[in-house]
Amino acid sequence: MKALEIDRVSHRFGARTVLSEVSFEVAAGGFAVLLGRNGAGKTTLMSLIARLYHPRTGEIRVFGASLRARPIVALSRLGVVFQLPTLDVHLSVRENMRYQAALYGLSRPKAEESGRVELSRFGLLDRLDDPVRALSNGLRRQAEIARALLHQPQLLLLDEPTVGLDLPARRAILAHVRALCRERGIAALWATHLMDEVEDDDALVLLHEGKMLHAGPARELAGRTGAGSLSDAFLTLTREAA
Amino acid sequence: MSARHYRRAAAGIARRELLRMFKQKGRLAAALVRPLIWLAIFAAGFRTVLGLSIMPPYQTYVLYEVYIVPGLVGMMLLFYAMQSSLSMVYDREMGSMRTLLVAPLPRWFLLGARLLANTLAAIPLVYVFLFAARLWEVRPPWPGYVAIFPALLLAGLMLGAFGLLLSSFVRQLENFAGVMNFAIVPMFFASTALYPLWRLSDASPWLAWVAVFNPFTHAVEMIRFALYLRLEPAALAMTAASALVFFGLAVLAYDPGRGLWSRREPGGFT
Repeated sequence: MKALEIDRVSHRFGARTVLSEVSFEVAAGGFAVLLGRNGAGKTTLMSLIARLYHPRTGEIRVFGASLRARPIVALSRLGVVFQLPTLDVHLSVRENMRYQAALYGLSRPKAEESGRVELSRFGLLDRLDDPVRALSNGLRRQAEIARALLHQPQLLLLDEPTVGLDLPARRAILAHVRALCRERGIAALWATHLMDEVEDDDALVLLHEGKMLHAGPARELAGRTGAGSLSDAFLTLTREAA
Repeated sequence: MSARHYRRAAAGIARRELLRMFKQKGRLAAALVRPLIWLAIFAAGFRTVLGLSIMPPYQTYVLYEVYIVPGLVGMMLLFYAMQSSLSMVYDREMGSMRTLLVAPLPRWFLLGARLLANTLAAIPLVYVFLFAARLWEVRPPWPGYVAIFPALLLAGLMLGAFGLLLSSFVRQLENFAGVMNFAIVPMFFASTALYPLWRLSDASPWLAWVAVFNPFTHAVEMIRFALYLRLEPAALAMTAASALVFFGLAVLAYDPGRGLWSRREPGGFT
């Protein structure tokens, strides 16, 4: 079963094409990286998968459910962490959790229980009643991921979730998401522009100026270009395409 | 997808809007003080200048303060609706709007629930103002305070839907000041909120025509008549029709396939 299928997706804003015939899949329980420089089209693709808007052409399916034909089924299986922080800073962590739980139709006890489980994984349980504005950027991001997991989605989208964070916070978040895939069978699509977040065994989708340059295991990328490292391969490919 | 899910989501959205409202004390105070200043200063000055004839729903000559209160109630709902739509633009720009829109519920429901929540949050403020207005001898019959509730709800929904529609067109927060000047101010002044239609007609026939086609006029008249236990069918029909049209257009504007959002580049992030 595929967690996510992107099938010949293209999108443009006005006359500017931002995605062109992008196709790839993410396996259930798999961790996939969507890699690209700033402006590559990663956030647009993430917005399309989250159904903020539809692509001009092509189809997106989440666990077989088309976002156009069966959006509610598809969205109920999806957890999203957007690039821009989306927690309400005026409210406490608990109130943000409650709001999310309500949107996904969870009962109050179920939401409390699920919230405690997800927050305790990050060691955030004692911050439950703190206003979000009192949390550091790293803790906010962690709370945001915990919130996205509240309804136990089977596919997690993370759009550059480590932007602006220091190295330990970045590593902690990345390790946590990798563990989610390994231990709980959640699939994750992790968008980033940072090469050091990619491991050789990761499924990798390389996006450049709206075009897909590579889709497959990360280690194949270096072999394909004859470059010594992933970083070199990335630079070579994006330079060639430019 | 069950009825329980819809109910929980609607309650959750309402709870968030109310919590946010109570945390913004400055906004609460401004919402109350603004109409009171109009009543205490503007109306006091005008009562000597402006003569009002007997006209429905009033059965006697009334003070200008009595005339202006339904208009000020409309103004409260209008400003509240615009501030809510301003926060929609802010939420959209800051990202928290996305949390709402990715929820596994139809988008019309999510937008409608937020609209209803915002309207319900504004109504208690209107009641506080109406009770305060008794100090200025604006004393409608007590049952009028009950009869006005559905009128407030419908008027609030209509103005909120208008704000929702505007919020879909406004790309950036900074542009909202322009919307306030070009949409809100004319909507308020070219209506029967401050002067009756015959006065507007005396002053300028075209202004009277604008007022007749202004949905805000009908919202104010519906509130005015309800406060004095009268039903004004034309005002009710126009307000309800405007609410439906504005909401329908807003849902289209936020539609993932047809909406303007899908055609505009999000600022800085692709």
